[in-house]
Amino acid sequence: MGIRFILMVNKQGQTRLAQYYEYLTLEERRALEGEIVRKCLARNEQQCSFVEHRNYKIVYRRYASLFFLVGVDNEENELAILEFIHLLVETMDRHFGNVCELDIMFHLEKAHFMLEEMVMNGCIVETSKANILSPIQLMDKAS
Amino acid sequence: MAQLLDERDFGVLTSSMSLLVALVSNNHEAYWSCLPKCVKVLEKLARNQDVPQEYTYYGIPSPWLQVKTMRALQYFPTIEDPNTRRSLFDVLQRILMGTDVVKNVNKNNASHAVLFEALALVMHLDAEKEMMSQCVALLGKFIAVREPNIRYLGLENMTRMLMVTDVQDIIKRHQAQIITSLKDPDISIRRRALDLLYGMCDVSNAKDIVEEILQYLSSADFAMREELSLKAAILAEKFAPDLSWYVDVILQLIDKAGDFVSDDIWFRVVQFVTNNEDLQTYAALKAREYVDKPAIHETMVKLSAYILGEYSHLLARRPGCSPKEIFSILHEKFPTVSTSTIPILLSTYAKILMHTQPPDPELQNQIWAVFGKFESCIDAEIQQRAVEYRALSRKGAALVDILAEMPKFPERQSALIKKAEDSEADTAEQSAIKLRAAQQQTSNALVVTDQRPANGTPPVGQLSLVKLPSVSNADQNTAEQGETQSNGALTIMDPQPPSSAPSADLLGDLLGPLAIEGLPGAAAQPEPNLVSGLEGGSNAADALAIAPVEEQSNIVQPLGNIAERFHALCLKDSGVLYEDPYIQIGIKAEWRAQHGRLILFLGNKNIAPLLSVQSLILPPSHLKIELSLVPETIPPRAQVQCPLEVINLRPSRDVAVLDFSYKFGTHVVNPKLRLPAVLNKFLQPIQVSPEEFFPQWRSLSGPPLKLQEVVRGVRPMPLVEMANLFNSLRLTVCPGLDPNPNNMVASTTFYSESTRAMLCLIRIETDPADRTQLRMTVASGDPALTFELKEFIKEQLVSIPVPSRAPAPVSPPAQPVSPPTATSDPGDILAGLL
Repeated sequence: MGIRFILMVNKQGQTRLAQYYEYLTLEERRALEGEIVRKCLARNEQQCSFVEHRNYKIVYRRYASLFFLVGVDNEENELAILEFIHLLVETMDRHFGNVCELDIMFHLEKAHFMLEEMVMNGCIVETSKANILSPIQLMDKAS
Repeated sequence: MAQLLDERDFGVLTSSMSLLVALVSNNHEAYWSCLPKCVKVLEKLARNQDVPQEYTYYGIPSPWLQVKTMRALQYFPTIEDPNTRRSLFDVLQRILMGTDVVKNVNKNNASHAVLFEALALVMHLDAEKEMMSQCVALLGKFIAVREPNIRYLGLENMTRMLMVTDVQDIIKRHQAQIITSLKDPDISIRRRALDLLYGMCDVSNAKDIVEEILQYLSSADFAMREELSLKAAILAEKFAPDLSWYVDVILQLIDKAGDFVSDDIWFRVVQFVTNNEDLQTYAALKAREYVDKPAIHETMVKLSAYILGEYSHLLARRPGCSPKEIFSILHEKFPTVSTSTIPILLSTYAKILMHTQPPDPELQNQIWAVFGKFESCIDAEIQQRAVEYRALSRKGAALVDILAEMPKFPERQSALIKKAEDSEADTAEQSAIKLRAAQQQTSNALVVTDQRPANGTPPVGQLSLVKLPSVSNADQNTAEQGETQSNGALTIMDPQPPSSAPSADLLGDLLGPLAIEGLPGAAAQPEPNLVSGLEGGSNAADALAIAPVEEQSNIVQPLGNIAERFHALCLKDSGVLYEDPYIQIGIKAEWRAQHGRLILFLGNKNIAPLLSVQSLILPPSHLKIELSLVPETIPPRAQVQCPLEVINLRPSRDVAVLDFSYKFGTHVVNPKLRLPAVLNKFLQPIQVSPEEFFPQWRSLSGPPLKLQEVVRGVRPMPLVEMANLFNSLRLTVCPGLDPNPNNMVASTTFYSESTRAMLCLIRIETDPADRTQLRMTVASGDPALTFELKEFIKEQLVSIPVPSRAPAPVSPPAQPVSPPTATSDPGDILAGLL
């Protein structure tokens, strides 16, 4: 329910992070990512951040060279998801300090931890940066 | 669950709220206690009370939690408690008024996210008219804003609004803006605008909207074209002010976007043209015009070829339309078409040939040459046609009978609408809006579909976004299979038992009451003496007059005998209660103990609406009847369902009367109909064994609990027949309880509020020598019941009206008391032969 998948894709179309909340085979995923990314990358600034694809919507936002795409059900509140993307970015920013694409590439597991704290089974469960980052900070301290 | 919502920590609360949303979407009954908690949470957030800094997002307290809470609230149908309701409305009001556009993008988005969810909640609650108009005003502002996101959401929410409430007129004010959005550079916005236009289309603005869509079609990109053409076709069909406009639109459509026009669309056109004689000339003319064009699409060739083949003889006198010219023009297109079109062209040539009597030798030779060429074609269909047509055409004049004009098509549900319904939705979380719309039992016209769906069509891919006003209970209640005779005499109806409707698939089927708009032009005739007969199933989707029209006398006569129908319905549970040329009232009933639920099906058989419809129930004192709202107008060819609840209070034989009145044109018709909520409906058959029977029988010793009477003037009938009659009245005949073969014992349970479940025992003693009299003993625990039941049975036996033949399929296998013909008594044998 709610969120189907979250993708972080760069301008060249390479997927940097992918989290799926429904089962799709590897082939399907690749095909899906290809299609969606093509659609989103072709859009310009003036156009709205929502794209309809098959029976769900993609809410996307562009941060420098990275595109954040979230696929949601038709009934989901789109602006809330848009802001959720921003929350995600801010959280990563707080942890990594001025996060960029390289940070995500090199610390992919941390990015996944963060995301998993925030979204569970397609529902947003935690929105406080402190709560999200505390387990990760603990891990960092312990290692 | 309610305890989980008491949580102070917002993180945990967000998770519990997610859980609540998922649970409530499946079953809101069980979670009523959570409702006030949700409202409190929302209040707390809206007032920004003890929201920790961590959860405040750019000044907005946890927008995601607010959104989730409002989503959860949308699954509850209503809010009972006035206090909760008031506080909720306060909160919503504050959100609606207080959200402004701010500089900070994120804050803006967050506050608007909350705002849009609040809008959805207000739409769902639909209680305050003032708030609704505020919402619509806001949405109107939004669709003209520069920011594309807001515009998109504005359009989407407007489309949603159409589904839940009827704010059509307010939305129409923004029509110009919406049409501009249709041409927006952003494809998502264009799609939304198209959906909205599709949803808000009705008779008044249909022409404009369809024309806009057609215009836009030429410049649209390929992704949209298919959807556009399908929608345009559906709208044109539903709301066509007159049929020639419809034909025009479709021809234009094929011309502009031929590739995207599926075969169903032109099949539909052919159906309409065939069924409407006045349309045929016009269609043929138009087809001829289009064929003149140098480069036309193949579908156009098919369509034109078919129409010209059938109806070009109507044009024969006009310049440029002689059979020869038509043949030559069509033949020019011949080389350009593919194999699928060639058979159609061959048929067309054969028809043209047929119509030229006496045959023009040059034309004949030309056509025969064509046939000859294809007699050895590889494709079997083409070869067969060529050979057969050639052989047939040599028969000369006899050909006219063989290739006679196509008969009218029976009405079928539009294949297009079916296609539009095929969406790929597989959302796990059921949308609150869809659920609510599905449960809505308002007095909207419901689609009456024919039992034969149109031939299967491949679903169109991009149509998952079609959202139509929906109450998804399409009831398949075609109680009639009419047969119209070709000279247009009025039909003979055979009542058919209505089949129960499959409750529509929530996720897939978004289709519901299609606004059934007839032909205001045709219907606005002052004298209501044009009546269309029912053909096939009365299919509301084919709202345009397909059936032939015939003359009708000015007095509205009911069809069939009302008394007979009433008596039939006393034994059966469904059937037609009343019928006249304009309206058909059917009933379907379900009885359980002392409760009954009847549904009245008011079907308008005409192409004009029935006005000032009123129905009053005059209830007798022993029944409590509740009739839900009957609409004042019944749209043309529509069927309205009105449920009726009946509760039996006391035993009585009185009958409730339905005072029904309506206005058609200048006629006011006011039949008073007896409702078949009679005593036997509240009986439940029950078999008693001797051990149960005799003690009961003895304990009920005499009057008033046990009454005995000799009944005279009974309609003579053998015991078998009487047993069948009893069984059909839900009095179970118990064999073997009375050793005397001329006697019959029956038992039943009577239900009412006063008596609860009461066992009744009946014993009939007949005299084989004189079948016009018998002695009847009735016993039950309530004196009034005994009396009423006795009188009731007496009525049934003494003056049984026409349908006295025991309805064998209804009763359980009748257990006749040992057949009287087995005895050697001549009187019996004689009686048995009756």
